[in-house]
Amino acid sequence: MTEFYREYLAVAVLIGAALALVGLMLGVGKLIRPVRPQADKYITYEAGSDPVGGWGQSNVRYYVYALLFVIFDVEAVFIFPWAVGLEPLGIFGLVEMVVFILILVLGLVYAWRKGVLRWA
Amino acid sequence: MIRLFAADPLLTGDIDLTVLLIVIVKTLIIFVMLLVGVMLYIWAMRKVIADMQNRIGPQKAGPFGILQSLADGVKLFFKEQSEPAGSDHRVYLLAPYLSIIPAFLAFAIVPIGGTVSIAGHMTELQLADPAIGVLFLLAMSGIGLYGMMLAGWSSGSKYPLIGSVRASAQMLSYEAALGLAIVGVLVHSGTLSTRAIVNQQAWTGAGSIFTDWYWLPAIGAFVIFLIAALAETNHPPFDLVEAEQELTGGFNTEYTGIRFALFYLAEFMNVITMSAIAVTLFLGGPNGPGLGFVASDSWINTWFMPIFWFFLKLMVLLYATVWVRASLPRMRYDRLMDFSWKVLIESAFLWAMATGAIVVGRNEGWNLWILTPAVALGAFLIYFVLMACVPSDKELEEIR
Repeated sequence: MTEFYREYLAVAVLIGAALALVGLMLGVGKLIRPVRPQADKYITYEAGSDPVGGWGQSNVRYYVYALLFVIFDVEAVFIFPWAVGLEPLGIFGLVEMVVFILILVLGLVYAWRKGVLRWA
Repeated sequence: MIRLFAADPLLTGDIDLTVLLIVIVKTLIIFVMLLVGVMLYIWAMRKVIADMQNRIGPQKAGPFGILQSLADGVKLFFKEQSEPAGSDHRVYLLAPYLSIIPAFLAFAIVPIGGTVSIAGHMTELQLADPAIGVLFLLAMSGIGLYGMMLAGWSSGSKYPLIGSVRASAQMLSYEAALGLAIVGVLVHSGTLSTRAIVNQQAWTGAGSIFTDWYWLPAIGAFVIFLIAALAETNHPPFDLVEAEQELTGGFNTEYTGIRFALFYLAEFMNVITMSAIAVTLFLGGPNGPGLGFVASDSWINTWFMPIFWFFLKLMVLLYATVWVRASLPRMRYDRLMDFSWKVLIESAFLWAMATGAIVVGRNEGWNLWILTPAVALGAFLIYFVLMACVPSDKELEEIR
């Protein structure tokens, strides 16, 4: 086991413990809770009225925001190492990143002008 | 050589039983701390909000009602489970795990004390210090989002679906801002390891509150981080995910009893973790003055005081979250999204770039008294050019 992985030994222990705890809670709950099946209990909750249909529709704009987020998350892949290595990179790194981010923001402005960032 | 990993001194030697035992003990302590912390936080929140609204708040269970959350939790164990007939069974069962396990894991990187010696082993009072520390936090909050998304989707019900779609969009938007705000600190620190970041904010006198702790050098990032962290944890005024008047409870509407409790627990654990991360990144973590009248290597100054300072700072921030919850009304959804995409992300970009320019200039030996105003001017100039390029709401109306 290399030292790099050893640092995650504690994380592995924590994952195991978390799984055990959640399993324990659900297991204890299963042992002590009542089970009295009734068909009415298994319809979805809609403030008391009978539900119509199943899954509903949702606004397509959520999807557009998810796409935009992908761009900004990929950008984070570049900006995090840049921030950590800024001292050795110096002026060169700074100028590169400013140019990169300006181009990125240009994209955001384009989306904004197209009315993507607008609700309803 | 650039350090690829920042190893806890505990884990650099051979791993024997004692080492494993220390890791397990630390794990248990984190568990107990998080669970008891959530219990006390919920109680304190209800008490404080009750005081702010001239009510009494919980008072029946235990002294001052301190056992109220425990009583609520025990009650939930006894509740029957009802899963909607049209649900996606496996995903429905998986979702609570996806929500709560990352909530536990994220706390692993928080330094809650100094470096101490246990049974002859030097160890840091934090569970893990991976080299990618801060990214680990972002990763965990990303996985936690799956828990919410899948919980709402698998319920096969309308309102939970709306709640979970809202949750995803909101958390994605603010995660971008959160990550960029953290960059504002990374530019100063030059490392992702939380222990190294905390060590750079060491206490050297009262002046280090302003010069060494990152809240002032990165004040813009600090403000953005606090706002984005509130939104990321679905805390009021950003709690549109549950918006009980519209959605009856959001993504967890169809969860009952102990499974609901798991989501609830995860939500509050995330609030505690985010506050702890804010303490770590911006407020010096466990650093603070030791007690002058006892020896600097006595257990009081190596063990007790760092833990005391960490929890004091954590409690101040947690109190602030309760205060915000009691004071601010819920935002409207379009304003919520606008605020992230049109204000926070741009400001975070500008702040990161400006900080980068100042740090590079400082290393190059430029005059900071000229550089800082010049950078600020440049940032404002870029901001105004940007604002001139984007259409106003009225113009957007015409585009449509």
